[in-house]
Amino acid sequence: MTTQADVLIVGGGGAGCSAALHLALRKVRCVLLERGLVGGQASGVNYGGVRQQGRHPAELPIARRAREIWGRLPALIGTNCEFEATGHLKLARNATEEADLVAYMEVAKAHDLPLRMIGRNAIHEAYSWLGPTIVAGSLAPDDGVANPRLLAPALARAARAAGAVIRENSAVAGLAHDGAQFTVQAAGETFRAPALLNVAGYWGGEVAAAFGEPVPVSPLSPNMLVTEPLPYVIEPNLGVVGGNVYLRQIRRGNVIFGGGRGESDPGRPAARPLPHVSLTGMNLALELVPHLAGAQVIRSWTGIDGEMPDHIPVIGPSRTTPGLLHAFGFSGHGFQLAPAIGAILSEILLDGRTDVPLEPFRIDRFGPQDPLHG
Amino acid sequence: MTDVAIVGAGPAGTRAAEVLVRAGLRPVVIDEAPDSGGRIYQRPPRGFTRTDKTLYGFEAAKARALHAAFDALRPHIEFRPETLVWNIRQNILFTSHAGDMGEVPFGHALLCTGATDRIVPLPGWTLPGVTSLGGSQIALKAQGCAIGHRVAFVGTGPLLWLVAYQYARAGATVAAVVDTTAFTTKLRAMPGLLRGGATFAKGFYYVGWLRAHGVPIIEGATPLAILGSEAVDGLRIRTSGSEQQIACDAVALGWGLKPETQLADLAGVPFAFNAAQRAFLPQQDASGATANPSIFLAGDGARIAGADVAELAGARGAWAIVAARGLAVDHGEVTRLDAALARHGAFRSALDAAFPFPARLAATMPDETILCRCESVTAGELRATARAGTTLPAAEVNRAKALSRIGMGRCQGRLCSPPAAEVLAAALACPLESVGRLRGQPPVKPIPIMPRSPGSAP
Repeated sequence: MTTQADVLIVGGGGAGCSAALHLALRKVRCVLLERGLVGGQASGVNYGGVRQQGRHPAELPIARRAREIWGRLPALIGTNCEFEATGHLKLARNATEEADLVAYMEVAKAHDLPLRMIGRNAIHEAYSWLGPTIVAGSLAPDDGVANPRLLAPALARAARAAGAVIRENSAVAGLAHDGAQFTVQAAGETFRAPALLNVAGYWGGEVAAAFGEPVPVSPLSPNMLVTEPLPYVIEPNLGVVGGNVYLRQIRRGNVIFGGGRGESDPGRPAARPLPHVSLTGMNLALELVPHLAGAQVIRSWTGIDGEMPDHIPVIGPSRTTPGLLHAFGFSGHGFQLAPAIGAILSEILLDGRTDVPLEPFRIDRFGPQDPLHG
Repeated sequence: MTDVAIVGAGPAGTRAAEVLVRAGLRPVVIDEAPDSGGRIYQRPPRGFTRTDKTLYGFEAAKARALHAAFDALRPHIEFRPETLVWNIRQNILFTSHAGDMGEVPFGHALLCTGATDRIVPLPGWTLPGVTSLGGSQIALKAQGCAIGHRVAFVGTGPLLWLVAYQYARAGATVAAVVDTTAFTTKLRAMPGLLRGGATFAKGFYYVGWLRAHGVPIIEGATPLAILGSEAVDGLRIRTSGSEQQIACDAVALGWGLKPETQLADLAGVPFAFNAAQRAFLPQQDASGATANPSIFLAGDGARIAGADVAELAGARGAWAIVAARGLAVDHGEVTRLDAALARHGAFRSALDAAFPFPARLAATMPDETILCRCESVTAGELRATARAGTTLPAAEVNRAKALSRIGMGRCQGRLCSPPAAEVLAAALACPLESVGRLRGQPPVKPIPIMPRSPGSAP
């Protein structure tokens, strides 16, 4: 059986589901193919940070656009996915880290990102639960948190309601382009369309390689843990300069934190946290918030994302194949961007332009790659 | 490197250690409890003076023999009590003991992780005074106290009758024994049950004793709710169309046992659906060997078969490890163990048929019943995930968990996952096995965040 569509989307993470929604809202016939369940990997099992602060300057225009969409998710998809603008507080543990925060103030200013420095005395006064090694912080009041388990399934539900075809448990078995149409084999069926979106996360590298443009993408599995519910006191989402630990508390009391990397086997696919990394993460969390001593960790987890050598994603048109658009390799911080990625991809496809500069994300920025190791 | 590690010092772990010591090995034996014996032969704290006969009844001789065997092994093994194995990766067990984290590297590991109660939540089951059947027995065995003055026992299976009998003998008032299995179902399984010999006879003895002492016995009943506001003050049940109320101040609930399979899962052992036990179980061969060449399984932690089988399976698994290590195997002994295990297998199948998990009771629980008590998720909230609401619907348990938080609390679904799977499968009108099983995630049980000096291991 062959299904003809306008756009095929490979990958049911936040980016793919958001693309399906934005295309379907503009009456484009699109089919999304997801190997497992939507939001099964990086989009669904990440930390849940909705953060603009600290991003690479190239990402900030996308992050600003995404933040605007996060604010109107209820109107767009019928749920806020537990998004809350708790603020994001990035902490410095020494003078070098503090200098890093000060330097970023200029970047934020250039992108109209509200950001406020807080000095040593003021930060311990405002957040009395912070550990003594904290010397300063910068607060982005518009940043916050959301429930990652809800975003992709909610975007997919809204996309389906708008007319998109969402196929779960449909692993792509074959990809081809005949000069005019893409042909994709999945779950025993054939799908054809003149446009293809490669939003397959880590596996986006395989899709790109199939069209002759391999990139150096590697698997990334952030190691995360959660405690039993504790009295709610930690309102802002916490990060540190260097990013070796991040921590937030949800209103029901659980403290979610992460740091370091787990292990993965993208071939199966399977990923799991590493015991030593979990124990180190517990120590780092304790340094930020000493009253966590004695709290019980009830679960740890990870998923698989794709990481690029320069830690920013590949976004934009293929250099080899007309009609092919990429958006993958979000390097562990794509969750906040996801709602905007679909909007941007749909604009490139339908309007031939988008107002976000994408030059820094072009796929050929890494130079020629060994096709066997793409 | 430890040659062999045994997780669990119950009947399986004790008999396994015995074989390994005989073969010249010095196993590390790890248990969460302060002493050996497992849950079934749990030892009272030191200084308690109740006799073995009072504690273990007909099983006193077996308990004594097992405890004596373990005590004799102590100089020849490394015993680590009060130690939780919270994770397993490659050939390392990760342990937590009084807040200290440790590691036990091993060549081969025998997982004898035992079982926990299988519960069907009822409205009111989170009231103070409601305990699992196994928990109510531990209270009596380990601490010499009852869960209430007037206790109702609800569920099915041999443990239901045993614990009710033990409570009555200990002086508690047994308000009623409510068995959700009809007498006719048990009757149909009779030919197989007769293979159980002494075990079967004991079951008859408990029922007879309770009847003779005027304990109300209600078979084939449907428990509807546990009543009370601050504490339990009654139980409402339905029998053949009519409802009745039983006054009580405590309720013990249990529908057999479920294996504690998390470590096997984390060790990468493949699972398969077992229709008789309505659960996904780790796959093992008759000797306890698994697809992971370093991991062997024995006892109720692999498949519910009871303490007698656990003793045999523990010894059998240990011989498989002895063979895997290239040491001398007593083939006569292995043949004897295999024959005994085969005999018990037939009786176990009959028990599964005689005391089935009340799948319908679980599947039809009222929407307002709290299904996951850690996260306060109701059956209705779980059912809602089977329908498209603001997200795509859940066709399997892991997405249902992601959407509803079921199984995300302190117990990580150890208690609620069997009834949750029944509720979800019924809501989707699909077979139980097609909703799958919750993925295992470390830690197996909660571990504390404790200050550690930078140089300390790990």
